Amino acid sequence: MNLHEYQGKELLASYGVAVQRGILAENIDQAIEAFKKVNQEFNSEFAVVKAQIHAGGRGKGGGVKLVKNLDELKTEAGRILGMHLKTPQTPGGMEGPGKLVRKIFIAEDSYAPDFSACKEYYISILLDRASGKNVIVYSTQGGMDIEKVAEETPDLVLKELVDPMLGLLPFQARKIAFNLGLSGKAFKEFVGFIDKLYKAYIGSDASLFEINPLIKTGDDRMVAVDAKVSIDENALYRHKDLEAAYDKLEEDPADLEAQEADLNYVKLDGNVGCMVNGAGLAMATMDMIKLIGGSPANFLDVGGTADAARVEKALNLILKDQSVKAILINIFGGIVRCDRVAAGVIEAYKNIGNIPVPIIVRLQGTNAEIAKKMIDESGLKVLSAIELKEAAEQVSKALAG
Amino acid sequence: MSVIVNKNSKIIVQGFTGKEGTFHAEQMIAYGTPVVGGVTPGKGGETHLDKPVFNTVDEAVVKTGADTSIIFVPPAFAADAIQEAAEAGIRIIVCITEGIPIQDMVKVKEYIKDKNVRLIGPNCPGVITPDEAKVGIMPGFVFKKGRIGIVSKSGTLTYEAADQVVKAGLGISTAIGIGGDPIIGTTTREALELFMNDPETDGIVMIGEIGGNLEAEAARWFKQHGNKPVVGFIAGQTAPKGRKMGHAGAIVGGAEDTAAAKMKIMGECGIHVVVSPADIGKTIAEVIKG
Repeated sequence: MNLHEYQGKELLASYGVAVQRGILAENIDQAIEAFKKVNQEFNSEFAVVKAQIHAGGRGKGGGVKLVKNLDELKTEAGRILGMHLKTPQTPGGMEGPGKLVRKIFIAEDSYAPDFSACKEYYISILLDRASGKNVIVYSTQGGMDIEKVAEETPDLVLKELVDPMLGLLPFQARKIAFNLGLSGKAFKEFVGFIDKLYKAYIGSDASLFEINPLIKTGDDRMVAVDAKVSIDENALYRHKDLEAAYDKLEEDPADLEAQEADLNYVKLDGNVGCMVNGAGLAMATMDMIKLIGGSPANFLDVGGTADAARVEKALNLILKDQSVKAILINIFGGIVRCDRVAAGVIEAYKNIGNIPVPIIVRLQGTNAEIAKKMIDESGLKVLSAIELKEAAEQVSKALAG
Repeated sequence: MSVIVNKNSKIIVQGFTGKEGTFHAEQMIAYGTPVVGGVTPGKGGETHLDKPVFNTVDEAVVKTGADTSIIFVPPAFAADAIQEAAEAGIRIIVCITEGIPIQDMVKVKEYIKDKNVRLIGPNCPGVITPDEAKVGIMPGFVFKKGRIGIVSKSGTLTYEAADQVVKAGLGISTAIGIGGDPIIGTTTREALELFMNDPETDGIVMIGEIGGNLEAEAARWFKQHGNKPVVGFIAGQTAPKGRKMGHAGAIVGGAEDTAAAKMKIMGECGIHVVVSPADIGKTIAEVIKG
């Protein structure tokens, strides 16, 4: 689960991590109030208007702007609020439709008074799958696209694995600080910063912390200017406060509907809808659709209990997508018997009524033959198959018209 | 011989009296799996499915000589269950539970590192050695006895592969579902190694998916040590970047963990890579029969 920047910073601050302070605004009036507060309470003459969406690279699409007075604040807040912000990470990238900006963060200018005296760094904490441990990734090349830095100058991206039982040890914090070239007051500040940051990561069951940039100010303070935070959904049961931070509006409406129906769904841009039990088989089914010349319209795992109610919900979800020209239902019945699934498909079909696109049902496993017979004798416009290959050929024919 | 589990295994079920545990333990026993008892804290001394229930794994090991455990405990308590089994001297732990917090598994992996224990999963369908032991939730009838080993990250795709192998005129020595989470016990490479050393396995079907580097690691190991043919398939060739495809671990992050990158590495290491999931059975038969 992703957090907005302002939520991520709140979380960090609650662990004592120094962050760029700011105030959330959802309209111009709030933005004006926020700007005044930033002026007076945070002692910041200028402010930064930052679009709050779940995607990085916001600056590239014009979603982050420094404003020097109230007039500029009004102009930029007005422009950013309600815009469809395109970044390299929003769906479709810079060519896509962008994401609607509903909230802005009016933040202090952490670089003041002397921008040129500040230095930017990169810090992230995440799981290193290969070792099964958490890893701190850091670089002196802050404020840039870290994947690009890693590609072009891999020597400048360093890693420190953390012992799962002992946590981040003081010598490791010092080592990172030395490697970043810090000294004096900034060195001490950083050692405290990284220790608190790691505690916040573990304490919140995060799956990703990315601070880019972390800055050293002119007076040697270390401040997190941005915060990208993802929380492990499986651990939310022990973080009720974070559960409330979930912003539904950031999700695709179809994804949300699936989530509410407890279906595992990801919308794609193809023409063949698919409904499969099991994530691996679902991905394999998508791959096969591609191989026969179609293109998958979605990923959908109906899970272990493919009964009529779930099949109906899943079918309705797929049918909402206007680009779907055929639907492939691929179920390997193990513990769930195929005849039960077939009955579910038939009932769901009858409940929905007129389905404008051909449906191919492939049922394999327990009672597959009985299930095929049920589908064939149902009188519905549903084609049945037992082998995967057979189903693929039928989808191919359906697409050809 | 086969690998990991067989007719001589002594198996206990953790979360024995719960709904999931009861249902699948019943299926396992019906299959002929040597289940010797189960553990549910607070229900020790009772009998369930005609088998003894114990309060702790330790007690179950002492009283039954159990060496293998299958876990059906809810996600919030599953890490603890794995650690309890490891501490009690269980040698093979199969964890079916889906949805265990990542940081719990980070600690589990470290905790069991120096113990003489093999963890399979979590978030997996389990392990089956046909006609001997079904330690998992897979439909047993699909897996006919034979000499092909299967290692897979997925559940239903494993059944699909097994079905194709059987229909191609071959059978299964052991099928291992290693699980789809970011942190799992036994890796693809370790499973491959077990099969390479198993005299009852002639060839291996290796099924992976997007995310992580397990398949690449296995392929590189195979290039050095492989002595039996391997057919490989990677699910998720059409998966978009950055989206989680059902399994917690199935997400394309960097360039190396896409399906295309994995297939390329596997091919270069001498694995017979199939592009279509419908060709798994056919290809292993061609490779084995020459």
